Amino acid sequence: MKPPAPQLIAAAVLSLALTACGTSVQGAPPSAAPDSLAGTAITVYNAQHEELTQEWADEFQAKTGVTVTLRHGSDSELANQIVQEGNASPADVFLTENSPAMSLVENAGLFTGVDADTLAQVPAGYRPSTDKWTGIAARSTVLVYNPSTLPDTELPESLLDLSDASWKGRWAASPGGADFQAIMSALLQLKGTAATEEWLAGMKANYTPYQGNSAVMRAVNAGEIPAGLIYHYYWFIDQAGTKENSANAKLHFFGKKDPGAFVSVSGGGVLAAGKNQAAAQAFLAFITSKDGQDVLRTGTSMEYPVASGVPANPALPALDTLVAPSVDPATLNGTEVISLMTAAGLL
Amino acid sequence: MLVPVGFSAVVAVQTGWDVLAPLIFRPRVAELLLNTVLLVLLGVPLTVLVGVAGAWLVERSDLPWRRVWSVALASPLAVPAFVSSYAWVGVVPSIGGLGGGLFISTLAYSPLVYLPAVAALRGLDPALEDAARSLGLGPWAVFGRVVMPQLRLAIWGGGLVVGLHLLAEYGAFSLIRFNTFTTAIMVQFQSTFAGPAANALGIVLTLLCLVLLAVEGSTRGNLRYARIGSGAATIPTRTRLATATLPTTLVLVGYLAAALGVPLVVLAGWLTVGDPWAQRWMPQAILTTALLGLLGAAVTIVLAAPTAWLSVRRPSRVSRVLEGAGVLASSLPGIIIALALVTVTVRLAPSLYQTVVTVLVAYAIMFLPRALVALRSGLAQAPLVLEEAAQALGVSPARSRLRVTLPVMAPSAAAAAALVALGIANELTATLLLAPNGTRTLATQFWSASNSVAYTDAAPYALLLILTSIPAVAILFAQTRRTSQKGKP
Repeated sequence: MKPPAPQLIAAAVLSLALTACGTSVQGAPPSAAPDSLAGTAITVYNAQHEELTQEWADEFQAKTGVTVTLRHGSDSELANQIVQEGNASPADVFLTENSPAMSLVENAGLFTGVDADTLAQVPAGYRPSTDKWTGIAARSTVLVYNPSTLPDTELPESLLDLSDASWKGRWAASPGGADFQAIMSALLQLKGTAATEEWLAGMKANYTPYQGNSAVMRAVNAGEIPAGLIYHYYWFIDQAGTKENSANAKLHFFGKKDPGAFVSVSGGGVLAAGKNQAAAQAFLAFITSKDGQDVLRTGTSMEYPVASGVPANPALPALDTLVAPSVDPATLNGTEVISLMTAAGLL
Repeated sequence: MLVPVGFSAVVAVQTGWDVLAPLIFRPRVAELLLNTVLLVLLGVPLTVLVGVAGAWLVERSDLPWRRVWSVALASPLAVPAFVSSYAWVGVVPSIGGLGGGLFISTLAYSPLVYLPAVAALRGLDPALEDAARSLGLGPWAVFGRVVMPQLRLAIWGGGLVVGLHLLAEYGAFSLIRFNTFTTAIMVQFQSTFAGPAANALGIVLTLLCLVLLAVEGSTRGNLRYARIGSGAATIPTRTRLATATLPTTLVLVGYLAAALGVPLVVLAGWLTVGDPWAQRWMPQAILTTALLGLLGAAVTIVLAAPTAWLSVRRPSRVSRVLEGAGVLASSLPGIIIALALVTVTVRLAPSLYQTVVTVLVAYAIMFLPRALVALRSGLAQAPLVLEEAAQALGVSPARSRLRVTLPVMAPSAAAAAALVALGIANELTATLLLAPNGTRTLATQFWSASNSVAYTDAAPYALLLILTSIPAVAILFAQTRRTSQKGKP
């Protein structure tokens, strides 16, 4: 009979190995000017796209010598995890794709404020009024549609049209994801609970659920469904690649400060319980600096830069031409949206 | 084994009926209930039909190339259900709903009925069938009144396994957009973590499982069939298919084409596009999967060994209760076990949350029966007399076990380890929920690629998953062969 102890010890040792096995980036300290941060390390809980944050981490590390360990997950998964872990959380920085996850952690009182210099790099519309975290990138809500099944003349004027009976069976969305829930939280903020409940009831009657925004776009492209409510960058990324899931699809930006033109702000915050506050603040400062935002302009993520006056990737329509509604990212309530969606039978 | 689920139940009770009731009794749950119940009610008979028909054709008819078919009909088990879904969505993108779910289930899970049916058919005494023929029953009546009742145990057992798989399956149904309780729990988990809504759905799913187990247990019946009397069983007369041979063979070819051919062809197609093998995380995924498989197998064998020992060497109420608890716990869907473990670790043992230990515990709970069955049969092959002989020669009891029993048990322990390790390699749901952030296994990498509709990226992982399943299917096939031979005097 094998005694159990060696197995458990091995498991414990390997658990440490495997949890660090994620994407710890090995770095060499820069040979340039000495930096007091060099040789230290931070842990980033990353809900943003992995390639994007990896690029930020690599450049930051090359610049400052700080070792960045990334932990990847989704918005709600990581936000809930940070709240569960509380002060014992190893996270120094939290990066998300949408704002409601940031509000969840902020409302649990786990963020320490962001340095004033960093905040000064980000225009007021792309960061919360509470200054507990900052915006690092942005994405626009769009209606992706197939012109052969949905002619331009029949495009909806507003997001609210989609709950009308005339749209039954004609549009799709992925309600389980944090992306869609962020759009719903903007709708809640802009139009109030009663209007949102009514719209969600209409959505339940009309829409076709898919698993993931990519699946929605693929289905629209294939002609299975005339339209879908997603974020803009899926289309642009596919167009920059093989176009296999977007060749037959076009994007409709709602504009006119409609809830359908909601621009969702990706957030970055520093955890109060983090062990390396200086390096964490420096990382956020780097992301919102010109160099950091240039990664969005020149890279393949196709998301919008928000800070330091950096323009968007040339393939994208400029952010200020989108006429998005003004929404304070701090007011987006993910928890209430989820309970409204559960009550409507969408989740 | 049952502690995590029990704890989850306690937490659910604590949450309070007034919070849970509106979450359980709502239209969405009714939708999911309808889908899930229909899936099981229609899916189990379909798979039983296909499985038993295949087994009968291979064992009791003169189908040409029987040897090839007997292996081929078990081979769809090597294609995980979610890979099958992924392939079929690539071919028929509009596949979905209950029809799609039943189609994929039949393709993927029929071997689970086919294997026990083949074993049972092999062990039947053809004298009963001959006697029935001589008393004037036609071939169909012989099949219905003589053969089927003897297959009852195999069908009930196989049907139960299929039913539990249907309740637990997440990946396959999610890819074809068929909403069952398990897919809805996953969506809730992604949105609310281990919130009350997820637990509410989990309670209903657990109840469905228990109902299935109870129905199977109570209708199984107590009749056992055994040969009495001397002599050896004759070789069964095989029904001549004659003109039905060609259509039957075509149907079988069609089934294999759908279950095995389509996934392999689709995979081959995706693999030739671009350079899918050069993916950043593939080496790490392979390594992590191998490590988790080996560790998980070790932990499971260690946990199963005492129970196996007790049930073979010192059978008693205790050993039966232990075994029953283990089987019951593993019957619950992976998502319930994972959700329960999340609840337990977050509330009671936060330091274990998001660590490999929790994942390994989940694997141990889920795969214990597989290890138990193999270890038990291995122990049964090492009768006590060998140990007693060694002790009579002067070796201490402990050393006699080490030097005599353990080596004899080694092949079945290895088979147990292999089954568990390979099951872990294909496991998706619990790994998604419990593994530390950034853990990448073949299944999770496949999942994230197919969810981003990056079909070419998903293809190499799918191929690797199939390759890791093949040895497991081979072992299972050899095991059923062996159990069927035990019935022969």
